[in-house]
Amino acid sequence: MSEPVLQIKNLKVYYYVEAGAVKAVDDVSFDLDFGVKMGLVGESGSGKSTMALALMRMIKPPGKIEEGQMILDGTDLVGLSEERMRQTRLRKLAMIPQGAMNALNPVMRIDKQLVDGMLDHGIVLSKEEREERVAQLLEMVDLAPKVGKMYPHELSGGMQQRVTVAQSISMEPDVIIADEPTSALDVVIQRQVMETINRLQQKLGLSIILIGHDMGLMAQSVDRLAVMYAGRMMEIGEIRAMFRNPLHPYTQLLIESLPVLDNKGVFSGIPGITPSLVNPPAGCVFHTRCPKAWDLCREKTPEFVEVQSGRWVACHLHTA
Amino acid sequence: MQRGQGLRGFLNYIRRNPAFGGGLALLLVLLLFSTVAGFFVPKEGAYPLAVMPKQAPSAEYPFGTDSVGRDLLPALIYGTRMTLSIGMIAGCIGLGIGTVLGFMTGYFGGLFDTIIKFFVDVLMTIPSFLLLITIAASLPHPEDMGVIQMSLVLSIVAWVQPTRAIRAQVLSMRERAFVMMAKLSGMSGMEIIIKELMPNLMPYLAISLAGAVNGGVLGSLGLQTLGIGNLREPSLGMTIYWLRYYNAFLQGYWWWIIEPVIVIAAIFIAFLLLSIGLDEFANPRTRRTV
Amino acid sequence: MRIPLSYVLKRIGFLIAVLFTAATINFIIPKLAPRDPVQELINQKIASGGLTSEGAAEFRDSLRTLYGLDKPLWQQYVTYIWNTMRFDLGYSITNYPVRVDFIIGQTVFWTLGFVGTSTILAFIIGTVVGAMVGWSKTSKWFSWLMPPLASFSAVPAFIIALVLIYFLAFKLKAFPLRGGYSPTIEKDWASTDFLLDVAHHALLPGLSMLLVSVGGWSLGMRAMMVTVEGQDFITFAEAKGLKGSRIFFRYALRNTLLPQVTALAMQLGLIVSGATLVETMFAYPGIGNRLGAAIAALDYPVIYGIVFFMVVGIAVATLLVDLLYPFLDPRISYSGG
Repeated sequence: MSEPVLQIKNLKVYYYVEAGAVKAVDDVSFDLDFGVKMGLVGESGSGKSTMALALMRMIKPPGKIEEGQMILDGTDLVGLSEERMRQTRLRKLAMIPQGAMNALNPVMRIDKQLVDGMLDHGIVLSKEEREERVAQLLEMVDLAPKVGKMYPHELSGGMQQRVTVAQSISMEPDVIIADEPTSALDVVIQRQVMETINRLQQKLGLSIILIGHDMGLMAQSVDRLAVMYAGRMMEIGEIRAMFRNPLHPYTQLLIESLPVLDNKGVFSGIPGITPSLVNPPAGCVFHTRCPKAWDLCREKTPEFVEVQSGRWVACHLHTA
Repeated sequence: MQRGQGLRGFLNYIRRNPAFGGGLALLLVLLLFSTVAGFFVPKEGAYPLAVMPKQAPSAEYPFGTDSVGRDLLPALIYGTRMTLSIGMIAGCIGLGIGTVLGFMTGYFGGLFDTIIKFFVDVLMTIPSFLLLITIAASLPHPEDMGVIQMSLVLSIVAWVQPTRAIRAQVLSMRERAFVMMAKLSGMSGMEIIIKELMPNLMPYLAISLAGAVNGGVLGSLGLQTLGIGNLREPSLGMTIYWLRYYNAFLQGYWWWIIEPVIVIAAIFIAFLLLSIGLDEFANPRTRRTV
Repeated sequence: MRIPLSYVLKRIGFLIAVLFTAATINFIIPKLAPRDPVQELINQKIASGGLTSEGAAEFRDSLRTLYGLDKPLWQQYVTYIWNTMRFDLGYSITNYPVRVDFIIGQTVFWTLGFVGTSTILAFIIGTVVGAMVGWSKTSKWFSWLMPPLASFSAVPAFIIALVLIYFLAFKLKAFPLRGGYSPTIEKDWASTDFLLDVAHHALLPGLSMLLVSVGGWSLGMRAMMVTVEGQDFITFAEAKGLKGSRIFFRYALRNTLLPQVTALAMQLGLIVSGATLVETMFAYPGIGNRLGAAIAALDYPVIYGIVFFMVVGIAVATLLVDLLYPFLDPRISYSGG
């Protein structure tokens, strides 16, 4: 089996504030194989957005990548110089942001914004080549060529998001990180944009990390699913297997809280609130809200172990 | 925001907001200079022909004297007092009017708002200094203007900026949830203004006050430098007017030039620091990047 | 780009409203003041020995007719507005029969020269300095510039002028103490000597204005840079792997241009007011100094005339800047207003 395109090993990202060190990402490891779509799901404060920034190596002070490795195509991103990292961005590792409305430069035309990334990565293009490439990219995301001459505020939310998708594929990177790309959109547009992303992924053979909090969306879009809670990874597995047989109690609760059309019952949430990331609970970080917790859970942090082929979980129920 | 207990809390805050502390300290020094020092230095020396003219600073005349025999030490002490008083009175009147108009137009809106807004927009386009010149020069006896008169003239333009600023704040606060709650609980408009809006806008009122006083000092300084205003009573602008009139440069009377400049610069820097400090107080910056 | 007429008309409409209000204020205030300009003129003439008391009464009546003071108030108002629109601002009292518009024409270009240059220079320098201080990727040493710049911006320009005159003109004798040009040089605009002399004389006044303005621009620019830098599109630009310089110029700076230019428009009035006092300090032959002289002599037509002219100039300049906005920021279309 070939090497995974992206390997995260024991990543720790801490934010140093007056109250102490906020352990936004605490000892997270996972692999992303070539051509796989992986979902990263969790509630707010779970650390998933920090993961996105960390992967792009855009964590700003007072945050810091404390420990760990992020190996992309054989190179550890953590140790790279700033300039090498800049060159890696977009070319090998691209991002689709949340809320495209704010992600596009308001005073710049779309075509210029689509192209400037390539220019800064050393690709020399003549004026005609630039126009051609812009038309190509716009077509790939189902946008009319005239969009190139427009400004961001003249486009709808869905169109803006598609521009950011076009930007991310402009240099055909190895990995795309989509940070809640559809959260700011309504369901209809959401579907359209996700379809565009899926289509491109298949066509260009990209590997995608899709970050979000919507389990339903994950179920429809990804191959593998990673569940995070309070900065730690709880469970990773193939999507259908996860839904059929969730091993971690948190995953179970997340799935149960999904509303089902033909089952008109009571909405169930997950009682309790996320713990402090400065002083996480001892033992398993989820034990305060876990319906199945027992003494061991309060004392010892469970290890993140591969309990079946391709299925990892951090829970004493399965690893003790 | 946590407010510490009394003096200790205040000193702690100053540590975190050095601009505010610096401005306050400088202002305090100026106030002491203009008031307390006055107890030791009689005012007579500040008038012409009081002492020997054209003396450089010495033990007898620590600040030197000017061409017509004013002792510059009392001249500056009482001059600072007069200029600051004019500024403060004009600023307070301006803020008073500005507060009333700002809250009324911001909260109640309507035709009243439209009219006032029009005047504010027009007056903001017309430079206030030019308007002041027009008004002040037309007064019957500009050379006899007392503190109150000068302040009243200045307040004609001093209300504009506070009105605009307060109105803008009120407009944005009006839609907030706590105002809705107050309305639902049956509070009248005036009650809401006084009990809900005003306390929340205290920092902005303070900022507007600092700005209005600053404007008042600047306005009186400018007018008097041009010769509009009382040219006999000691004030900072008057000092500048006379040093120009008597060509202090050509005569080399450096003390006559440098001393008022230092005092004036101190006043404006004090206000600058205060406004930076107040701005920080009203909009505390979220944790800075290290 | 489509330019709806409605926007332009609306702005021009406001301009006219402002000018009308200014002219009306200019009309009302003198009427309220217990001064009689005609009597003033008569007194002047008597004092300068050109008029006897017998001829005075006759002269007075003819002057009143000339000024239209024998007509009803509303008619005076209409005549006044009509005259003002044609830029007929009356005659100077002290220098009768010199016309006010002639006086303005003689002096305004001196003012425009040093004020225009110093404002543009200050805007450019201040914006660049402020941007560099505010941008987090530039060296922290730049921030040491801020306290002195900020201090300069707080103090009025004519005070800075006093300091400059004392140190540079009086002590060092590097620059002239006053005036627009040396009295010894022949006033010939074609000669380089004369032009250099003018520049030499204009330097300290210009520098006074520049030092004060630069501080203001850089403070504002710095604040805006910090705000812009926190915005998402900058983060995304970084995620695209764009070069730092491109992000600074094309993404950050471009987005702060509009607020800066807006600030420039709002400052115009203050710049003119400041220039007036600076000119009086230097006895510079500009319109501000002429206003100062008119105030000293209580030459009312000149005072009101110059003030009105300044108001018009500033209002028109503000309008022009307003019309510039859509070119600076594509989000603003004229229809939005």
